[in-house]
Amino acid sequence: MALLELTEVVAAYGQITALHGVSLKVDAGGVVALLGANGAGKTTTLRAISGTVQKTGKVMFDGHDISKRAPEQIAKLGIAHVPEGRGTLGQLTVWENLQMGAYIRRDKAGIKADFDRVCGYFAWIPSRRTQVAATLSGGEQQMLAIGRALMMRPRLLLLDEPSLGLAPIVVQEIFRIVRAINEQDKVTILVVEQNANIALQAAGQAYVLEVGRVAVSGNSAELQKDEAVRRSYLGY
Amino acid sequence: MTAFLQQVISGIATGCIYASLALALVLIYRAMDLANFAQGEMATFSTFISYSLIEYWHIDFWPAFVITIVLSFALGIGIQRLVIRPFEGRPVLTLLIVTLGLFTMFNGITGQIWGYVFKTYRGGFPSEPVIFGGLYINVQDIGVLGVVLVMLLLLYLFFSRTKAGLAMRAASLYPDSSRLLGVRVGWMLALGWGLASAVGAVSGMLVAPIIFLDPNMMQSILLFAFAAAVLGGIESPLGAVVGGITIGVLMALVGTYIPGGQDLRLAFGLIVIVAVLLVRPAGLFGRAAVRRV
Amino acid sequence: MRRLPRVEVLVMAVVGGVVLIGVPTVTNQFYTFEFAKVAIFVCALLGLNLLTGYSGQISLGNGAFMAVGGYTTAILVHAAGVPYWLTIPLAAIVAGMAGVLIGIPALRLAGVYLALATFALALSIPPVLNHFDTFTHGHQGIVMPPVAAPFGLDLSSEQWLYYLCVGIAILLYAFAWGVVRSRTGRAFMAIRDSETAATASGISLAYYKTLAFGLSAAYAGVAGSLLAIATTYINPDSFGLGLSLSLLVGVVIGGLGMNFGAVVGALLVVWLPYFAEKAGQAGVHIGPLTFAGKPDIFFGAALILIMLFAPNGVAGLMLLGWRRYLSMRSATRMPVQDPIAGR
Repeated sequence: MALLELTEVVAAYGQITALHGVSLKVDAGGVVALLGANGAGKTTTLRAISGTVQKTGKVMFDGHDISKRAPEQIAKLGIAHVPEGRGTLGQLTVWENLQMGAYIRRDKAGIKADFDRVCGYFAWIPSRRTQVAATLSGGEQQMLAIGRALMMRPRLLLLDEPSLGLAPIVVQEIFRIVRAINEQDKVTILVVEQNANIALQAAGQAYVLEVGRVAVSGNSAELQKDEAVRRSYLGY
Repeated sequence: MTAFLQQVISGIATGCIYASLALALVLIYRAMDLANFAQGEMATFSTFISYSLIEYWHIDFWPAFVITIVLSFALGIGIQRLVIRPFEGRPVLTLLIVTLGLFTMFNGITGQIWGYVFKTYRGGFPSEPVIFGGLYINVQDIGVLGVVLVMLLLLYLFFSRTKAGLAMRAASLYPDSSRLLGVRVGWMLALGWGLASAVGAVSGMLVAPIIFLDPNMMQSILLFAFAAAVLGGIESPLGAVVGGITIGVLMALVGTYIPGGQDLRLAFGLIVIVAVLLVRPAGLFGRAAVRRV
Repeated sequence: MRRLPRVEVLVMAVVGGVVLIGVPTVTNQFYTFEFAKVAIFVCALLGLNLLTGYSGQISLGNGAFMAVGGYTTAILVHAAGVPYWLTIPLAAIVAGMAGVLIGIPALRLAGVYLALATFALALSIPPVLNHFDTFTHGHQGIVMPPVAAPFGLDLSSEQWLYYLCVGIAILLYAFAWGVVRSRTGRAFMAIRDSETAATASGISLAYYKTLAFGLSAAYAGVAGSLLAIATTYINPDSFGLGLSLSLLVGVVIGGLGMNFGAVVGALLVVWLPYFAEKAGQAGVHIGPLTFAGKPDIFFGAALILIMLFAPNGVAGLMLLGWRRYLSMRSATRMPVQDPIAGR
């Protein structure tokens, strides 16, 4: 059974409809890429899942219907959304950002274990615990955001354009860690990306959005091989 | 020299009063970038409740103090949920008018229930002087200073060491991101209002023994409390206390040493505030706002 | 400028004109005077609207500028025997200069800091006025002679005052209307919406922001001057904090960013307290319960409710209603070719 399933989701910002009926599935344990050009509705799709945009349609997560739930409840159910721009709590310290990641949890031992794990992925964190988050570099903020999401011990991790504004070498590192999180911590991942190339290398499945609808979907290896798809939808 | 020090001491005492209300103002401002004009009237209302507890229910001061704090806390939460929440997302000027509306309402309600006759309020500290190195210091003033410092300490511990305090800071600065982390931002705001209301109640109960208790009691104090908060850096509790004491001392000295000073105390003190703002816009302990282009 | 249907505009103008001219003939002294007060507040609110509504600078201290205008008039009339009508433009100039003086340091403040600094200004006015009592006569205040209708017109003092204040209000309204449509008005709005973008477009923040303060103060000065002339007595308490706060409340509940909002706001500010008084005495019925009590309670509740249901002020609500009426009307007619909308 799919961990996450969207059925005919229509989402709008006021008068402007951004999603015109998006349906997709994410299986547990997988990495799914959500691709498309600017304005295709990728970010809106993630917002539809985390409950932060007005929508109709059905969103099922782990057997629960979360279509009408508030964002706080959805977070508690196990969905961690790293938004566009990272959502860094800039004026708080690195340590405080991670603490806020663990907000919904009460198991002290588990929190400590997860904190160690996050430090394992991002070795620079322990030495910079008291640094104000807004003074970190873009790559570090992205890593902090992912680390904070991990502190939630989520079942599903939503990543919105993790490569945005980052140097290629940093992007490689981040996606390496994303793959590791998926394999080692068994976190299902839905990643939105404009950089289709790198996303398809990390993902097993992919959906391509165009103007608020799913244009193409399928196994990412096949999509990469299909010239027509690559040219029209992925830009390379 | 003694006279000078005496004035300074007297100034510190009044300054603590301003500081205590300023703390409440700072709490609301941190929670939602709002200057709450109704803070003083809410404090007066709470103080009158404590008055009733003491005079009509014959409860001793300190138990009544604690009960009033709890009731005030609930009042603050109630006001946020019922009156402020419907205005979520509205411009700050709208909320300012709403707080002015609350100001008038509370003033009217307090007058309605308790009337306008000045009442004497027996506080928690005896009003007797202690002589210390040739200076007269009133026990009550020491008590006020003590309470203010304790409140400051408790607030500091709350914001820096507790989960709720951290969540409140996150929720007011980054409400959207906080929601994604599972924080119920609305209730964090309510918590902020509850705390501010409780702190305001303490302020009222500290000041009532000094000046008479009546519905308009806090109005002049509110003005100076705002000045103290701004001087100290409108988001800093420590700044509120330092600002309050500074203003108290400044006013005492201006009143004594500048001819015609009594009249101009208000104007002079406020000119100083504006001057500080021009030189250091974020106040003494405030964070300079970085303008993102 | 969207083209208003000609019939409606004509009707409104005629009705408006008749009402304005006719009011003093049908109402008694008290009401005539109150309407004159409304006109005075319109002047003050038009100015505050230019400052806060159009250029985005919050001021809780425009009462101070009214005081400057009021005392300029009172002192000139009382001490120098200047005819009252001459003092009105003088009051505007003096107040305007005061506004510019305040506007200069205000350049460095914004948002809550500006609000609090102007709050401080409003607060310090009565004590300062009290202190410099050689000029201001301190607590005693200054008494002015009541005005009589000029040219031997058969009007009572109140009626003449009414026409004077309304006439000046109309002039000032027209001027404000012109300012809003001019480059200055556009510069104001650009500054309000984004200072950075405005600067990048070559707009001098310092010039326009100070100008806004100056204009707003001049308007307030006229209002203060008229207030002194109308009430024939002013003292420092006439221009206290309450006045400044009423101005801000008036401009917001009337409708910020709309000149018409100043008119609605003035009406509300002058008349709402009376309704609150009535409501307080008679009680308000909600279901089986009756709430009676101090008028303040109802006044405060009214403010909150108005902000809740009329986020753009009562004038904003009226504008919405007008637009709905227009769209209903055009649904039953041939669609009119709209010129390119320019604001």
